[in-house]
Amino acid sequence: MTEATLPIQENPEAPAKEKKTTSNTLTRVGRYMLVRLATLFLTVVVGIYLTILIANMGGKVDGIIRGQIAENVGMRVGVDPTTRSMTPEQKTEHIQALIDLEVKRLGLNRPFLLRSFAFLKDALTLNLGRSQYMSSNTGSRQVRLIILERLPTTLVLFGTANLLLFFVEIFIALSLSRRYGSFLDKLFVTASPLSSAPGWFYGIFLLLIFAALLRVLPFGGMVDAPPPENPLEYALNMLKHMILPILALTLNSIFLATYTWRTFFLIYSSEDYVDVAKAKGLSSRAIERRYILRPTLPYIITIFALNLIGVWTGAPIFEAVFQWPGMGSRLIQAVNLFDTPVIVGLTILFSYLLAITVFLLEFVYALVDPRVKIGGAGQS
Amino acid sequence: MKALQRTFRELLRYPSAVIGLAIIAGLLIMSIYAMVSIPYQEALRLWRGGEGVWYKNPKLAAPEWTNLFRKDKLPKSIYLSSLDGSASKEVTTDAKGNKKIAFTYTFDYPYAAFPQELVLFFTSKFSAKKPYAAITWITPEGKSIRVAEISIDQSTVYYFSQDAKLQRRLLDVAPQVGLFVNDLKAKNPSPLKGTYQLKISANIFEADADLDAELLLYGQVHGLAGTDHLRRNLGIALLWGTPVALSFGLIAALGTTITTMVIAACGVWFGGWIDQLIQRITEVNMVLPFLPILIMVGAFYSRSIWVILAVTVALGIFGAQIKAFRSTFLQIKESPYVEAARAYGAGNFRIIFSYLTPRLIPLLIPGLVAAIPGFVFLEASLAVLGLGDPTLPTWGKIINDAQANGALYQGYYYWVLEPAALLLIAGLAFAFLGFSLDRVFNPRLRGM
Repeated sequence: MTEATLPIQENPEAPAKEKKTTSNTLTRVGRYMLVRLATLFLTVVVGIYLTILIANMGGKVDGIIRGQIAENVGMRVGVDPTTRSMTPEQKTEHIQALIDLEVKRLGLNRPFLLRSFAFLKDALTLNLGRSQYMSSNTGSRQVRLIILERLPTTLVLFGTANLLLFFVEIFIALSLSRRYGSFLDKLFVTASPLSSAPGWFYGIFLLLIFAALLRVLPFGGMVDAPPPENPLEYALNMLKHMILPILALTLNSIFLATYTWRTFFLIYSSEDYVDVAKAKGLSSRAIERRYILRPTLPYIITIFALNLIGVWTGAPIFEAVFQWPGMGSRLIQAVNLFDTPVIVGLTILFSYLLAITVFLLEFVYALVDPRVKIGGAGQS
Repeated sequence: MKALQRTFRELLRYPSAVIGLAIIAGLLIMSIYAMVSIPYQEALRLWRGGEGVWYKNPKLAAPEWTNLFRKDKLPKSIYLSSLDGSASKEVTTDAKGNKKIAFTYTFDYPYAAFPQELVLFFTSKFSAKKPYAAITWITPEGKSIRVAEISIDQSTVYYFSQDAKLQRRLLDVAPQVGLFVNDLKAKNPSPLKGTYQLKISANIFEADADLDAELLLYGQVHGLAGTDHLRRNLGIALLWGTPVALSFGLIAALGTTITTMVIAACGVWFGGWIDQLIQRITEVNMVLPFLPILIMVGAFYSRSIWVILAVTVALGIFGAQIKAFRSTFLQIKESPYVEAARAYGAGNFRIIFSYLTPRLIPLLIPGLVAAIPGFVFLEASLAVLGLGDPTLPTWGKIINDAQANGALYQGYYYWVLEPAALLLIAGLAFAFLGFSLDRVFNPRLRGM
């Protein structure tokens, strides 16, 4: 175990030396971050380009748009009184001319390769175009607005749930590792496979019990309709709607996460330096903080970030089951309406969110783990 | 082989492994039974067939076994037909050559609730003059109620509940209720238990004409699994969902894990730009949002389960697992026996497949088994979103149908609970097995 050598590096003996290490750490982290930012940006560019290719594989999206153009032009010509005097051949010609004009206006006549780069530029600058059918709450057809107005609601739900779960799980895991072998400990170990079922799945059960059978909690949504006007009541109402989703996420993650962390803490608490600390007579709280939590911090952060990533990508079904008006349920709406720009835009935004999560993870990682060196072996 | 036996024996020491294995065996038997008893084409025909296939089933009926938990038993469907002899049919011919047919349908009704609906299906053969039928209902108390007089086409369906005249005669009580009660003005009517009779006397005006009639009393419970909004027997989808879920989970888990292992081994062994390329692809893949891309593929291209499976595997290959495998392979690569193999001149692929990858198998198997539930649930998730394979009956599809028809709001709990329970059982079985395998293969965990 290489981790065993960690605390020795981290416990500088003299305060003067500590100051120097801090500034070193800052430049190290700064340089590291710059390089990572650059590579990550490249990764995002490639990822988004791939998303665009998948979204338009075989020109299918083009086909849809062309079909729509033809339909719209046909309808417009149909109601246009000036075309009534035309012969059928003239009419077809007129329609074809209009379609060609529209195709040219949208740039569909250029080769796909060229267009894909134009798409890429638009996507990177979040210039996501206009939706086909959907509109935002303010009535705008801008895809960016349609999507971003849903970001806060998603963040509120998953942010609260994740932070809450994160600390609760660590707390339980620590206390379990102290009471290793107790009934509660065994319960968590045995129940850990329960996490193989996704959150929405538990959501259905919870809705059945608390909303359908007991009728104490709402079936879904974010607030009652009509929403309460008093801000305090609004917040309380929202909290009431958040109970079941958070409970579902808890059921999904708490057993496995607690089990993994408890095992991890147990492994670390059997290290020699922990024994030494115990022999020195340090309080168990201090041992936990300094010799168990500190070296496992990078790992804990990784799990946290992976959780976040899972949340971004798992949100659609979860939000659909609870009718939570977030980005995920917007994706489902877009799929049901077949609104291509919104679907592609959401996928791109999800890519961005993932990239930001990965970047933040590495940033925090570099801060807490002195072994992370630029180009070094720690960068795996 | 010996090692395998030993592993297996050791595995059986864990109760969770035994439970998991038993459930998986049960599910396998269920899949084989499904595939043998209802061939694939037949399953598709049944599942996609409309009213024509399922007209004998009640709509949204709970499973029959729910009656075990109820004091007041709900009615089962009753089907009586003059075609199969379950109803009596007497033909008399008068002097003028006019035929008279008397049908009698006798059934026992011991239930505490009313049927969903009463329907008569007539089929007749005639050339010009339509047969004419008078229908009478006789209650257990011997009271006789005139139901209707109708003339009959080649095939006529008579719905009791849609006969406004009958309803008026029953003092505006719905016929499926009114025909079963003693007192039509009762506040909380409950059906009269006993033997009921339906009599049809039909006049046929041609010598070679004929008439047959089937009586269908739609109950409120049906079969082992109940029915959905299209009268389909949920049992078919529950049965057929098993092989679909198992094969999707197994193929996806095997496909991703093994490909990932081989790619990681190649990357480590060849090193250089291949390793770099694999690493970069993994990083790009981490930025790609998995579910939205699957949703996009499902929405734009194909909902076929094979396409979704292929995309799942493709996106799963370059996941977080590849990094874990890589670091293990980096250690194995330095071990002396690999060096020895290189010294005697083993080829690249010989080293990769006979020296590197076998060492990872113990690490791989628990992860592989534990990954199966994730994929089983993934397939269900996509189906719940309405992106399931349009032809196949699956567990997720049932949940999707149930959600779309508000099963939870309306109290059709069985509709959601049955597929959900199967999903949970299947998922937990693999999770428990993977959990125990982890302990067998990684002795370090055993003490924890």
